[in-house]
Amino acid sequence: MSIEMTKAETPGVPLLEVRDLHVEFRTREGAAKAVNGVSYSVDAGETLAVLGESGSGKSVTAQTIMGILDTPPGRVTGGQILYRGEDLLTLPEEARRRVRGDKIAMIFQDALSALNPVLTVGNQLGEMFRVHRGFSRKAAKAKAVELMDRVRIPAAKERVNDYPHQFSGGMRQRIMIAMALALEPDVIIADEPTTALDVTVQAQVMDLLAELQRDFHMGLILITHDLGVVADVADKIAVMYAGRIVENAPVHELYKRPAHPYTRGLLDSIPRLDHKGKELYAIKGLPPSLTAIPSGCAFNPRCAMAQDICRTDVPAQVDVTERDGSPLGGRSSACHFWKETIHG
Amino acid sequence: MADRGEPILRVRNLVKHFPLTRGILFKSQIGAVQAVDDVSFDLYEGETLGIVGESGCGKSTVAKLLMNLEQPTSGEIFYKGEDISKLSGRALKAVRRNIQMVFQDPYTSLNPRMTVGDIIGEPFAIHPDAAPKGSRDKRVRELLDLVGLNPEYINRYPHQFSGGQRQRIGIARGLALNPEIIVCDEPVSALDVSVQAQVINLMERLQNELNLAYVFIAHDLSIVRHISDRVGVMYLGKLAEVGTDAQIYDHPTHPYTQALLSAVPQPDPEGRDTRERIILAGDVPSPANPPSGCRFRTRCWKAQDICAEEVPLLAVPERYKDSDTGAKHESACHFAEDKDIVHA
Repeated sequence: MSIEMTKAETPGVPLLEVRDLHVEFRTREGAAKAVNGVSYSVDAGETLAVLGESGSGKSVTAQTIMGILDTPPGRVTGGQILYRGEDLLTLPEEARRRVRGDKIAMIFQDALSALNPVLTVGNQLGEMFRVHRGFSRKAAKAKAVELMDRVRIPAAKERVNDYPHQFSGGMRQRIMIAMALALEPDVIIADEPTTALDVTVQAQVMDLLAELQRDFHMGLILITHDLGVVADVADKIAVMYAGRIVENAPVHELYKRPAHPYTRGLLDSIPRLDHKGKELYAIKGLPPSLTAIPSGCAFNPRCAMAQDICRTDVPAQVDVTERDGSPLGGRSSACHFWKETIHG
Repeated sequence: MADRGEPILRVRNLVKHFPLTRGILFKSQIGAVQAVDDVSFDLYEGETLGIVGESGCGKSTVAKLLMNLEQPTSGEIFYKGEDISKLSGRALKAVRRNIQMVFQDPYTSLNPRMTVGDIIGEPFAIHPDAAPKGSRDKRVRELLDLVGLNPEYINRYPHQFSGGQRQRIGIARGLALNPEIIVCDEPVSALDVSVQAQVINLMERLQNELNLAYVFIAHDLSIVRHISDRVGVMYLGKLAEVGTDAQIYDHPTHPYTQALLSAVPQPDPEGRDTRERIILAGDVPSPANPPSGCRFRTRCWKAQDICAEEVPLLAVPERYKDSDTGAKHESACHFAEDKDIVHA
């Protein structure tokens, strides 16, 4: 029953699976439905990118997996989070704490506010070993130096006693990565890990993250709004809109043939370095307020293909197939008109 | 290049050093942050000059200098032949009317206690001759309509609008006085991808209708390429390379530009494993203590002894003087060499 015992990979059971998750926030305007039935899974060595704009529920899902959702105002109203087949949401807090950091770790967007400014980075890195592994202070510090070396922070031995503000943005993000890696977790959730960084530094950090993922054979959930970063590193993609997943696809498939009008709109609206068009395609309107999600398909007021059925019936997540009905592995779309979208 | 007449803005040898002082009562200067160092460029009527660079490269300081919000340490800014950097009082006020600014953050750049009508109409209070008193409301409504907002919203407050709509309000305010030049400092970087395209399209439409010249400052290279006629790449307070968008993106000759272009994640997974990437080592040095000679040399893979001794001048490289390719443009590198990174 205990999580330590099921360490061996069980065939057929995903490493981490989110099933039909629902999360709400109580607000003055009523319940804000941040997550409305999200399902996704990630296996060891695999990178899942969760793509979405602000307010799409991608970060709330991650916080729920980690068990760091603020409750209240947040509340999980349904669904399961299965780690090696075991539902984390039903575990007592004590047991969840052993999973957090040890089995599933998280990298936050803003390293400066995620690190404690009054403790040295060595102290914060070592804390992982002291709390979870019962290391002495001295042994923990030695481990911290080792980790800082691993994420290629120059002169780790001298810098282990520095405070977060003494590091540059890119270096701080490396420390965040080191902290997430400390206990060699099975799954890492990276929430916009490079959004606050400059492009040349972003390239360094993404490179490092990909290398470490390979070396440790971890599952990586990369949460981002950047279609470029996704194209660079993801194996498969889940596109989120208004708290739901609207499309699932392997990375090459998604960029080549999107099966949801929202995905297609996003891909068309990015200016590309290698072509200079006249006018950018723009998805009209705005993402909906989470307290007043449109009936039917949440995307219908902004969709060029919307028909009456889109305003009344919530589209189910259906498997996407080739024109002749032959299956396309790992693809699904929540659009009434996915056939028209993908096959034109 | 076609003859476009006289530039409306000529920037010559612009320098801005912020002094670093020590002591409270007896202040002594111990150094200077060399935010902008010897920057020169021209801006022609109706064109867009993009300025790209990473954080701390001085691009926002350039914007402030152009707006006369900061006094340059030395150098000149000529608007139609007149040096505006030394102006003050009434003369400055008259010039400012023609150079307006759109800010990055649509949340902090609008006063939350003022209605949209007051925000957009405020320029008329400072320049009463721009719109006669009785017609101001009408003019504000026209401006709202021009930027694609409902004129009925004139009495609403900023918090009642989304980020994209707020940025439209900021643009309407910038347009109120019929300026010739708009300095845009990261105007879309706070917006979601789908909304970003709407605002970029709006800015291009306004440019065509009103014959505006934009100085478009951003860190997103694909957006800059999309909107710009010419592009300047900044590194650590200096312009590294200047040219038309095609020259910079298809024939970059400065190693920094090449690294920057290769670091941009392409929104296309095809060929991601074979794409050449130049990953720069380390971080941008401090502008308070920039490297001698070429400022990029500490991160450059081509650096030789001469790079530490001689500051490379921004000029068309000798070897490309008679070239008829896109490599014939200004580049501040001792070893400038054309290299196709994007492979359009």
